[in-house]
Amino acid sequence: MRAINKNWSIMTGNEAVALATKLAGVKFVSAYPITPQTAIVEKIAEMVANEKMDAKFIEVESEHSAMASVMGSELAGVRSFTASSSHGILYMHEMLNWVAGMRLPILMAVVNRSIGPPWNIWADHSDTMTQRDTGWMQLYGESNQEAMDTIILGYKLAENKDILLPIMVMQDAFTLSHTSEPVEIRDEEKVREFVGEFNLPFKIDINKPMGYGSLMPPDGPFMELKMDMKKSMYSGVNKFIEITKEFNETFDANFPGPVEGFMMDDADYALITLGSISSTAKHVVRNLRNQGKKVGLLRILLYRPFPKDLVINYLRGLKGFGVVDRSSTYGPFGSLYMDVISSIYGKLDIPAANFIAGLGGRDVRVVDFEEMFMRIMEGEDGEIWINAGVK
Amino acid sequence: MPFSIPKEEYMMSGHTACAGCGATLAMRYVMKAMGENTVVTVPASCWAVIPGNYPNTALKVPFIYTPFASTGATISGIREALDEEGKEDYNVVGFAGDGGTADIGLQALSAAMERGHNVFYIMYDNEAYMNTGIQRSSSTPFGAWTTTTPVGKDRVYKRENKKVVADLMMAQKVPYVATASIAFPEDLIRKIQNAKKIKGPKFIQILSPCPPGWYFNAENTVKIARLAVETRIFPLYEYAEGKFVLYKNPNPLPVEKYLEIQGRFNHLSPEEIRTIQENVNRRWEELLEREKGKVIP
Amino acid sequence: MVLVPTAYAPSSNNKTSSWRTTRPVIDYSKCTRCMICWKFCPDVAIGVTFGEKLDYPNERFSKLEAPFINYDYCKGCGICASECPFDAIDMVQESEM
Ligand SMILES: Cc1ncc(C[n+]2csc(CCOP(=O)(O)OP(=O)(O)O)c2C)c(N)n1
Ligand code: SF4
Ligand code: SF4
Ligand SMILES: [Mg+2]
Repeated sequence: MRAINKNWSIMTGNEAVALATKLAGVKFVSAYPITPQTAIVEKIAEMVANEKMDAKFIEVESEHSAMASVMGSELAGVRSFTASSSHGILYMHEMLNWVAGMRLPILMAVVNRSIGPPWNIWADHSDTMTQRDTGWMQLYGESNQEAMDTIILGYKLAENKDILLPIMVMQDAFTLSHTSEPVEIRDEEKVREFVGEFNLPFKIDINKPMGYGSLMPPDGPFMELKMDMKKSMYSGVNKFIEITKEFNETFDANFPGPVEGFMMDDADYALITLGSISSTAKHVVRNLRNQGKKVGLLRILLYRPFPKDLVINYLRGLKGFGVVDRSSTYGPFGSLYMDVISSIYGKLDIPAANFIAGLGGRDVRVVDFEEMFMRIMEGEDGEIWINAGVK
Repeated sequence: MPFSIPKEEYMMSGHTACAGCGATLAMRYVMKAMGENTVVTVPASCWAVIPGNYPNTALKVPFIYTPFASTGATISGIREALDEEGKEDYNVVGFAGDGGTADIGLQALSAAMERGHNVFYIMYDNEAYMNTGIQRSSSTPFGAWTTTTPVGKDRVYKRENKKVVADLMMAQKVPYVATASIAFPEDLIRKIQNAKKIKGPKFIQILSPCPPGWYFNAENTVKIARLAVETRIFPLYEYAEGKFVLYKNPNPLPVEKYLEIQGRFNHLSPEEIRTIQENVNRRWEELLEREKGKVIP
Repeated sequence: MVLVPTAYAPSSNNKTSSWRTTRPVIDYSKCTRCMICWKFCPDVAIGVTFGEKLDYPNERFSKLEAPFINYDYCKGCGICASECPFDAIDMVQESEM
């Protein structure tokens, strides 16, 4: 980390995440190494060893155990953190569901990486897309600044007494995780005040013994518990907007909130994206605008809960749009596309194409975005794979 | 002095274990030794069902349900966080079946022990997956019938020897390792009290007979557990900070005494019983070797 | 506040007496108050009482605490009868009670 001035530093996305956990007052970190997440955990281990971070760090023997151990530590009432990627995320699938059902506001940083075979360590969102329905909230960042800020905002959101759900905070492999950018380091004292003390209302207490997750028959409050998770999660959209406002005031920042509309105001055509490829898309939008084309970009930052009303508002009035999925899932269309289309169903009738792009770290280039815009302007729909196919 | 074990109960009546359940006695004794400053974690197993339906709980201490493979990891996190909170005096206990310990949970157990957390891992060994209806585990002994080692035309039943997790734990040099039996609660409780003196990981394997799973009448639970020790099928030992002590019964009973009252061994031929006896004798010699001439009265 | 899957109610709210087909009956004239039955009950269904009004095998035992069976929870497994060294517990068919 090379200092620019006292608040700014040049750092990778991984470094930004590690530093954010210290700022947020994380007290327990447990993780298992996987490329490209390793630098996060190494940095935390180093900060703990040098007493720059007041926390306990353990390296466990698997991601399943990483998630199980942070479940234990959060139940004991201690703010906890883990990080993983790719096959590590799949390996903890059972535990992801369990900690969400236990209503534990754990944060996990995910460096999005593809799923094998074949082995491939580069960026796509298949790892977390396949976990989108585990009861975790999901935030997909675009920059290293967001890698830091989503951790800070994330703890405040997750630990809100009306939410109490875990959050995955995403950044793309290498493009963010291993690439240095200027990041404004948030003031530690202010962060602590912003996030507040962690006080789990049902933490382990020998004076108040309880069963945590007891057997429940069909007529037990099983459905009600699931219903409450959904309700809490979806109350998170507005809560996230509120928290964003408070964050921007506190830190004089411009964090976008659940979605970011870029040149959407008078747009006729738009693309919807997640994560770091949005920066290239914005560049193309600017170029096309210079050519007089009324195009825009809608970036989804908060993917779970899916901010459907905000999305509808942005799409209203468009002549066509495209949704870019950077993951391989096996429904009739990409997962982001299906979420968008089901959100607007019966409300908006607009032609919409689904672009599958950037799998396994394949570049999503300026020409690719130009092609996507061209195709939606021609009224294409259906599933279209971009920069792919036997050449 | 009629009360040979602590009078205080931390396990309550009204639980839903089968009549005569050995695993329930194991918990009752473990909790008597642990006392109220205790947090218990159980994975999927009979003990995830025994407390009964929500909101019921059968222990007077916090009781955390965790996925099948994760006991070792969950107690690691609880321990480290409680220490961060200054609650070093809490006992952190994982209480798992043989399947959750010898099979799916072995990785998390071994790792937790290696990392050295100050926790207790109690394996209640009923020698099969009972909660799912009596399937073999690697802790099922040679010769036993289970639903997945049935006695078919080719007399297919469990052909492999029992994996003894306590032996694995000694090989890993876990600071405290013991085997115990629900037929000897005084010994079991004493072992936990010894274990409590050690700040570090502790592993105790408790043989816990299961009437429906082993096919015997519920009244014989304690008797069978006792016979397991008296026939040396399940030797009792204690391994504390490198010192190994074997409980010795000078006049062992033949293994038939143990096998013949359990339906799961009904099909065994005299030859197979001889094999079991030979294996028991060999293992006993090995354990004596391990003790290296140390004499126990 | 959110709905969480954590709760407390003692399992003793759940009576298990209907599980039983046979019931243990203690013959206090044979019971030496050794408490071995109490020790081995998996259902914590054997309590401790002062035995002054109870029969006893010998004056010596009359002042000792004695076991009593809590039929709300006893599942009739028979371990107590089987473990009693003095044969002081009989298992009686519920249908005969
Ligand atoms: C990941 C996973 N696989 C399988 C199961 C199904 N399952 C629940 S309990 C159980 C058997 C447990 O056996 P053991 O650990 O020996 O405990 P016991 O039931 O014998 O007390 C199994 C296979 C599960 N809950 N989770
Ligand atoms: S199946 Fe066996 S271990 Fe499970 S509750 Fe019944 S007796 Fe106990
Ligand atoms: S029969 Fe079984 S459950 Fe009933 S009191 Fe005796 S040991 Fe307890
Ligand atoms: Mg078992």
